[in-house]
Amino acid sequence: MSKLKKLTGRTLFLPIFCMLLVMCANIIYDAACGNFALNFFTISIQNGVLYGRLIDILNRGSEIAILAVGMTLVVSASAGTDISVGSVMSLAASFCCMLLAGFGVSSTNELQMPLIVGLLAGVLMGCLCGTFNGFLVAYLDIQPMVATLILYSAARAIGLLLCNNLIVYIRNDSYAVLGKFIGPVPTPILVAAACVIIALIVLKKTALGLYIQSVGINKRASRIAGLNSRKIILMCYIVCGLCAGIAGLVNSSRITSADSNNIGLSYELDAILAVALGGNSLGGGKFNLIGSIIGAYTIQAITTTLLAVGVSTDVAPVYKAIIVIIIVAVQAPAVKDYFSRQSAKRAAAKARG
Amino acid sequence: MEKNVVLTMRGISMTFPGVKALDNVDFTLRKGEIHALMGENGAGKSTLIKCLTGINAFESGEIHVDGISGPVVNHSTLDAQKKGISTVYQEVNLCPNLSVAENLFIGREPKTRIGTIDWKTMTKKSQKIMKDLSIDIDVTQNLENYSLAIQQMIAIARAVDMESKVLILDEPTSSLDDNEVEKLFVLMRRLRAQGVGIIFVTHFLEQVYAVCDRITVLRNGQLVGEYPIEELPRVKLVAAMMGKDFDDLAAIKTEDKTDYSKAPLYIEAKGLSHKGTIKPFDFEIHKGEVVGLTGLLGSGRTELARVLYGADKTQSGTMKVNGKEVKINAPIEAMNLGMGLLPDDRKAEGIIQDLSVRENIILALQAKRGVFKLLPMSKQIEIADKYIELLQIKTASRETLIKQLSGGNQQKVILGRWLATDPEFLILDEPTRGIDVGTKTEIQKLVLKLAKEGKSIIFISSEIEEMLRTCSRMAVLRDGQKVGEITEDLTQQHVMAEIAGGGSK
Ligand SMILES: Nc1ncnc2c1ncn2[C@@H]1O[C@H](COP(=O)(O)OP(=O)(O)OP(=O)(O)O)[C@@H](O)[C@H]1O
Ligand SMILES: [Mg+2]
Repeated sequence: MSKLKKLTGRTLFLPIFCMLLVMCANIIYDAACGNFALNFFTISIQNGVLYGRLIDILNRGSEIAILAVGMTLVVSASAGTDISVGSVMSLAASFCCMLLAGFGVSSTNELQMPLIVGLLAGVLMGCLCGTFNGFLVAYLDIQPMVATLILYSAARAIGLLLCNNLIVYIRNDSYAVLGKFIGPVPTPILVAAACVIIALIVLKKTALGLYIQSVGINKRASRIAGLNSRKIILMCYIVCGLCAGIAGLVNSSRITSADSNNIGLSYELDAILAVALGGNSLGGGKFNLIGSIIGAYTIQAITTTLLAVGVSTDVAPVYKAIIVIIIVAVQAPAVKDYFSRQSAKRAAAKARG
Repeated sequence: MEKNVVLTMRGISMTFPGVKALDNVDFTLRKGEIHALMGENGAGKSTLIKCLTGINAFESGEIHVDGISGPVVNHSTLDAQKKGISTVYQEVNLCPNLSVAENLFIGREPKTRIGTIDWKTMTKKSQKIMKDLSIDIDVTQNLENYSLAIQQMIAIARAVDMESKVLILDEPTSSLDDNEVEKLFVLMRRLRAQGVGIIFVTHFLEQVYAVCDRITVLRNGQLVGEYPIEELPRVKLVAAMMGKDFDDLAAIKTEDKTDYSKAPLYIEAKGLSHKGTIKPFDFEIHKGEVVGLTGLLGSGRTELARVLYGADKTQSGTMKVNGKEVKINAPIEAMNLGMGLLPDDRKAEGIIQDLSVRENIILALQAKRGVFKLLPMSKQIEIADKYIELLQIKTASRETLIKQLSGGNQQKVILGRWLATDPEFLILDEPTRGIDVGTKTEIQKLVLKLAKEGKSIIFISSEIEEMLRTCSRMAVLRDGQKVGEITEDLTQQHVMAEIAGGGSK
C-alpha cells in the first residue's frame, strides 16, 4: 500500500502510466484481432526508411512535442495557457510560403528567396506572436486565456490574407526538407529531438527553471527576491511562439504547402493536454518538461491507436475528451483529498485492529 | 466527560513524511478558560490544532466535544465550525480578492426572502463588527488593499462573530501591535466570561501572562505538561519549552555609546514618497548602525522601508547610496547596490511555497548572480546547509518543500535567503514574527553582530523591547509620515509617548 503510494507520488508517474496504458491497449487489440501481438513495437526498414507504428507515432507527434516545450513554460510561469499556438503555426507557415513563393502566387517551382530566409522569417513570425501574447499577459495583466484568444482567432486569418486566400504550394524538393527523411529517420523526429534537447540543456545549465517556477508559484515574493516577473513571463510566451513557429514549418513542410485553414488546427488542445498529461499542474508553478514530452507522444499514440482501431477521425475527439476528463478529474484537489482521506481512514481502521 | 470541560483530545498522534509531528498528545479545554498552547517552532502546536479542525488527519487518538456523544472527527474547518469550533489559523487564509464584508460572511451570508445574498444587511453588519473593534475601514473594499495586521484583525473578527463553544487563535497577534493586542484581549475576556473556551498560541510570553489561565506545553511533538498559570512562571515556562534553562531576557546589548554620526553614511534619502502610502520623508543611515522604525499599525513603517528598497517606486526625492546618487526602479537594482528586504508578509511576499528549502534559500543570491551563472549544485547545498545549521531551521531535509515547515521555521528560511546574499544594508520587517523565544534572542544577537561587521540595518518590529535591545536610533512614524527621530533616552516610556504623539505636540 505504502509502496504503491510512493510510486503514484513520483512526478513522472502519470505520464508513464498513461503511456503504458496505451501500449497495453495496442497489444490487446492486436492479439484479439489475431495479429502479431507486438505489432505496435515492430520497426522495419522499407524503401530505405524506418517503418512501423512506433515510428509513425514519433513522427506524427513531433509537432505536439515541440509545442509542449513552449506550453510547459507558459503554464508554469503564468498559470494560464496559450491557446493561440495552433493559429500561430498556421500564420508562420503561411508567412514563410508567401515569402518563398511571392505574394499572390499559388504554386511555384522556383523559390523567390533563399530557403533559409523564408524559414527564419516564419520562425520570427512565431516569436513576434509570442511577444504580443506575452506583452498582454505580463505587462497589461490580461488573463492568459483572454489575451491569447486574440491571436487564436486572428493569426489564422492574417495567414490567409498573406496568402491571398490561396493554398500556396511550394513544388520544390528543398522545401520538403523538414517534413521528409534524413537517411532513414523522419526529419520531424530530429527537429523535435533538437528542440527538446536544447530546452533541457538550457534549463539544466542556467537558473531559468528556478526563475520560471518561482514566478509561477509566487509572483510578488519573486519580485522582492530580485526577479523580474514580467520579463520572465514575457520570455516564456516568446519561447512558446518560437516553438509554434517551428512546429508550423514542420507541418507545412510535410505537405509542401501552406494550407492556412488546416495547418495546426486544434493543436493547441493537444499541446495543453500534453502538459496536463505530463503531470504538470495547470495552476502554474512546478513543471516537468520530460513529463510533457511523454504526454505529447502519449496523445499521438492515442490518436494513432484510435485510427488503427478504425475509429474515424471525426469521432476520435470524443474519446480524447473522455481521457481528458479523467486526467483533469484525477488531478483535482477535491478528488485527491477524497482519496487521501480514504486511505487515512483505512490506515486508522487498521491501527485500531 | 467531566462537567465544565468543552473539549478533550486524548493520545493524538500524527506523522508527516519524515517527522513525527505529534506523539500521543493530550489536551483538555474547560469552559470559560483561556488556555495557552506553547512550544518552540515546530513543536506541533499548529498541527494539533489542524488535527482538531480536520485539516490534518490524525492517526490515532480521540477527540470529544461537549454536547456531542462519541468521538468526533472533523473533515474540514466548516465541519468543525458546525460543531462549535471556530478557528483563526496562523497564516491568514481569507480571500484577498473578495471584499472585507464577503470575507466576514463567507459561507454564512445573510439571505433575502427569495434566497439571494442580502448585500445591504451584510455590509451593515460588517460595518458594525469592524466598528466594535474600532477599526476604521471600508468594508466594501477588497481585502488585499489592507495591511497584514488589519487582515489578521478581520480573520479574528470573523471567527469571533460566529457562535462557538471553542475559539482557536493560532498566533493571532504576530503582526499586531500593543493597541490591537489590547483590543483582542478585551474581546477574549468578554468571550471567556460568556463561557467560551479559548486556545491561544503565541510566542509573546507577556501576552500569555496577561490573559491566560492555563498553559499546555509541547516539545518535539510530545506533551510536556499542563499547568495552571500560577505554577509556571516565565523562567520555568521557557525551560519547559526548550528542555533546558535559558534566560531570554539576559541583556544582549552591550552599552556601547558609539557615535555613528562619524561613521560613513550608507544611505542618504531626501524627500522620497509613495502616493497613498507614505508622505515625503528624509532618511539617513550610517555604516554599522541599526535604526528602528516605529509607529502604530498603519503608520507607514513597512511602507517607508519598501520605498527605500524600490519595492514601491518613489515618486519624488533623491537617494544617495555610498555617496553616489541612484535611482531604484525595482528590487533587483536595490539588491545590486547591496540591499536586502525581509518582508513582513511571509506568505504573500516571502516564501515560494512549492520550492524546497534549498531553493528558497539560494533564490535571492541566484537572482543577483543572473540567469546564466547558475550556482553549482554543490555550492547550493553548502549554502543551504550553512543556514539551516546557523539558524537552526527545523526541517526533515534541505529538499523539503518550504510550505511543509512550521511558520517560525519558514521565517528562518527567508532570513537565511537574505543573509546568503551578504548584503551591506538589510531591512528586517518583523524578522522575529512567529519565532520562538530562544531563536528570537539568537536573531537579535545576529543583528548586532552584522552591525559590528559594518552592515547597516533597519529593524522594524511591533515589539518595542526587541527594538530597544538592538537599535541605536529610532525613527517614529505616524499616519504615513515620518514625524521624528529618537536618538537619546531610548526607553520604553519615551518611545511609547513619541509613538502616541504626546511628546512632540
Ligand atoms: N504539511 C506538512 N508536511 C510535512 N511536515 C509538516 C507539515 N506541516 C507541519 N509539518 C511538520 O510538523 C512539525 C510541527 O509543525 P507545526 O506547524 O505544528 O509547528 P508549530 O508548533 O506550529 O511551530 P511554529 O511556532 O513555528 O508555528 C514540524 O516539524 C513541521 O516541519
Ligand atoms: Mg504554528
